[in-house]
Amino acid sequence: MDRRNFFKASLAGGAALATGAASCPAQARSNKDMPPEAVGLLFDSILCVGCKACVAACKEANGMPPEFSTQEQYWDTPLDISGKTLNVIKAYRHGSLATKDSEENGYAFVKKSCMHCVDPSCVSACPVSAMQKDPKTGIVSYDKEACIGCRYCVAACPFGVPRFTYDKAIPQISKCQLCVHRHKDGKYAACAEVCPTGATLYGKVSVLREEAKRRLAMKPGEKAEFPRGHLRAAQEKQLQGAPEGKGEMRRKGWKDESGQAYPNVAGKYLDHLYGEKEFGGTQMLMLSGVPFEKLGYPDLPPQSDAALSETLQHSLYGGLIAPIAVLGALTFIARRNVRPEDEEGGQNG
Amino acid sequence: MSETYIEETTEAALTVASRLGINRREFMQFCAATATTLGLPTGAEAAIAKAVEKARRPSVIWLHFQECTGCSESLLRAEHPTLEKLILDVISLDYHETLMAAAGHQAEAARKSAMKANKGKYILVVEGAIPVKDNGIYCKVGGHKAIDIVKECAADAAAVIAIGSCASWGGMPSTEPNPTGASSVGDVLGKPVVTIPGCPPNPYNFLATAVHFLTFGKLPDVDQLGRPKFAYGRIIHEHCERRAHFDAGRFAMEFGDEGHRKGYCLYKLGCKGPETYANCSTIGFGDAGENNWPVGCGHPCIGCTEKGVGFAKPIHQTAVLKGMMPPASYPRIVEEQGKASFAAAAALAAIAGAAAGGAAMLAKNLGKQDEAQPRQKGE
Amino acid sequence: MANHTHAPAPLGGNLFTPFTLLLGMLSVIAGVILVYRFFYGLGAVANINDGFPFGIWIAYDVVVGSAFACGGYAMALLVYIFNRGEYHPLVRPALLASLFGYTLAGASVIFDLGRWWNVWHIFWPGYAQVNSVMFEVAVCITAYIVVMWIEFSPVFLEKLGMKDVKQKLNKLLFFIIALGVLLPSMHQSSLGSLLVIFGQQIHPLWQSGAMLPLIYLMTAILLGFAVVIFEATLSSTGFGRPLETKVLTPLSKIMVGLLAAYVAVRILDLVFRGAFGTAFSGTLEAGMFWLEMAAFVVPLVLLAPAAARRSASKLFVSAVMLMVGGMLLRINGFLVGYETGAGWHYFPSLAELMVTVGLIAFEILAYIVIIRKFPVLPAAQPVTR
Repeated sequence: MDRRNFFKASLAGGAALATGAASCPAQARSNKDMPPEAVGLLFDSILCVGCKACVAACKEANGMPPEFSTQEQYWDTPLDISGKTLNVIKAYRHGSLATKDSEENGYAFVKKSCMHCVDPSCVSACPVSAMQKDPKTGIVSYDKEACIGCRYCVAACPFGVPRFTYDKAIPQISKCQLCVHRHKDGKYAACAEVCPTGATLYGKVSVLREEAKRRLAMKPGEKAEFPRGHLRAAQEKQLQGAPEGKGEMRRKGWKDESGQAYPNVAGKYLDHLYGEKEFGGTQMLMLSGVPFEKLGYPDLPPQSDAALSETLQHSLYGGLIAPIAVLGALTFIARRNVRPEDEEGGQNG
Repeated sequence: MSETYIEETTEAALTVASRLGINRREFMQFCAATATTLGLPTGAEAAIAKAVEKARRPSVIWLHFQECTGCSESLLRAEHPTLEKLILDVISLDYHETLMAAAGHQAEAARKSAMKANKGKYILVVEGAIPVKDNGIYCKVGGHKAIDIVKECAADAAAVIAIGSCASWGGMPSTEPNPTGASSVGDVLGKPVVTIPGCPPNPYNFLATAVHFLTFGKLPDVDQLGRPKFAYGRIIHEHCERRAHFDAGRFAMEFGDEGHRKGYCLYKLGCKGPETYANCSTIGFGDAGENNWPVGCGHPCIGCTEKGVGFAKPIHQTAVLKGMMPPASYPRIVEEQGKASFAAAAALAAIAGAAAGGAAMLAKNLGKQDEAQPRQKGE
Repeated sequence: MANHTHAPAPLGGNLFTPFTLLLGMLSVIAGVILVYRFFYGLGAVANINDGFPFGIWIAYDVVVGSAFACGGYAMALLVYIFNRGEYHPLVRPALLASLFGYTLAGASVIFDLGRWWNVWHIFWPGYAQVNSVMFEVAVCITAYIVVMWIEFSPVFLEKLGMKDVKQKLNKLLFFIIALGVLLPSMHQSSLGSLLVIFGQQIHPLWQSGAMLPLIYLMTAILLGFAVVIFEATLSSTGFGRPLETKVLTPLSKIMVGLLAAYVAVRILDLVFRGAFGTAFSGTLEAGMFWLEMAAFVVPLVLLAPAAARRSASKLFVSAVMLMVGGMLLRINGFLVGYETGAGWHYFPSLAELMVTVGLIAFEILAYIVIIRKFPVLPAAQPVTR
């Protein structure tokens, strides 16, 4: 009796597991695809002069408070992105600091802000849909009204981007949302708008990728024009520059972007467009002369963690098929084994 | 120390001061200011005072070529104390086309006689570039080509100073396509000379150089471009009064905007401070008080002292940052963050210790019971 | 095996002892700290930061705490699913400990939630996000807490004399019990799945990917058995009752079998992922790994001989070691082996620690009160044989 039941239980359990396993291939999901209209940033470490205009502009555009890391609290000196800082410029230093963008005896600047992953871990992790990826622009946004403050997104992000205000009784997550609140006024990400050298560009990811490829193809020292601000595709520029409607656009707050490009010389780029493949792709792309791992950007596999996590979850719990099957088996067994009043004390020998 | 020196020189200082039409205090202030400009240690003003008092005025021959006389003009407007008096008294300006009373052959004769009388001792100051194209026919003074005059005067000079960007590296006349082949004094003479670039240069940089020669009998230390290190050793950006705004990322985006009115950094308006070597940001310009220099007035630096920047790059074109090593305050890639408290570690160790101790005690007691049981069985 | 008469009965006795007073004091301290936390924010009392957003309130209170509360689950699995009725006397006390363990784990989540007033969003269709492992864990744990209260309600119904309700409930008990086995299987495995999305932020020694649910589920059941042995031994010695070694010995045999399977799974997983090499790197992580492995392997060796399983002290030591091992596996996975980027440090603050200590104290205190006032433990009987 005992043995028989034992085997029955094992069989039922096995069957249930098999059901789960069988549903596995059907449920497996690969990385998500980038929305065709996705917008993002292109950060070029070689063009960055470390002026931190983007840090200041970000604070102003997003109404974030200053953060102090020095004894004298003169001005905003964040060490990293945090609950109070969505964007920061960090400095890579090595040896004598003789050459900019040189790994040895050099220095380089790097921007740290949300990468706007194509398949973001934070969105997959959030239990209450507070983290959302816009299906059109691909911007990863945060809704504090939905948030329960569990900080699973903070822990899940491989770039350490969502941050939390631990010092507040009513806390929230802070992260870059590409100034989505400014888009309705025709404005774009403040960091790209103020960048004096065009080290941070805003635009459609497809356009930014082309621009990055153009830079990677340049010979070091080659003279070239470098755009600043909002980089548009060629056909969009024509529309923008058309005489009719220009005044209207200006009244809406658009600035004429045609004069934003400036002459400069190409730097010595590493042949690596960070964010093109990493982690299933990100909407912030980066170019640099110093290996990205030295700049604090992890070497990530092409598969997103969300893909594996969700495949696993849906294999086990997809449509609640496996749990219901197991519950049925357990109920069947328990019904045989549970006696009213629990009098089974000496049932077995 | 300096106090004693000043005491010693009081008598003589009074004499000089009266000769210059200033009081002793003003004279000592001038000496101290000059010493500071030169970056000399405390006490050097006494040496300067002594040298100036000696009144052994060196002869100066001042030549003008392709220029606007702005350098002379700015020199004349230096005002603490009334410098035009001082330079005319400290040095013996034997030839200066726009300042000397003489004209024509008389003037040329004065130059020749000064050169003869002070052979090997006089200072030659050149203002303006020298055209070399087509045998240098594009600039003539008294029928002589500029290129010939400068070579003639330089031959017996104790020192040659090129004042202004034109004389220093060609300046504005040498701007592309440079139709006259305007060249610097150094290039024409084929040897390095002391250069005081600027358009116009700061008068105190010239004056301090001259006083240095007077005091120590030699010209001050210069860099590879002949610029005195005390004045051109650092980038304007390094000591700019707006630098704090740059470091904090606060920029004027266009003329007259909020940032501009608030005195934010002018980098995005094309300020060349980050690629221009000069001391404008520390000593100001024109004796009109603090902040009286282009950047102080709200205009981006055009890099007038810097070859390849001033008159070469568009005024509002973004500058190339030189020596932009990240300041110490910049966050590093890896910053140590997070707290660990010793009290908590101690408490945790205590809890773990107590738990382990308790468990061990209990296990020991249970062990005794284990041993007792078989014995009971045996009985 | 002789039949036991094990009708549960209240233990009785004095509630106010120096020990219970100490527990009460620790609970009050934790309460005060928590009041402070709600007014001044998490950062005011805890050392958690953006590099370690999960501190011991998650890693210990919830992840380890709920695993320690798996006694009820493990015993229900054994008694009702594998029909090993001989372990029935262990079910009620184990269930009680589980009830408290889980209820407090659930409550401590509230302390740790930044925006706790929104917690209902997890259960609300417009907000619930089914792709999230956290969602699954939260829903399952909540459901299990409810299920356990129903499972345990006969104890209170007995006391209150509500025979009718109790009888009706008993007719449905098999379903409740089935749920009570399913739900912990789901969320205990999912507590491991929580780490999957952390990807390479978790040290390879603990980032087992798709194997995480199995590893966490196996150790949860192991911990359930270990905790039952631990609690049975403690309550026997603590309340001066006879040792239940007779029941614990066969239980430990099952436990050792499962333990051997777990150790094999753990090592094979490391070998197949090629992560085993990092265990020899001389880092803190490697050291913690060996400590964890020792806590699993030593009991395996210790209890391998059948004779050893009859020794109350060896059983107890093994149970304690397994609990340490299970705890280390979880602490290592969530804290020691977690790195979101270089430069981040975390060690719990004294206040943070005192909250955890207070929670444990409150749990023990409530357990003592309940077993003294309600029929949980089998009625005292003379030591047989």
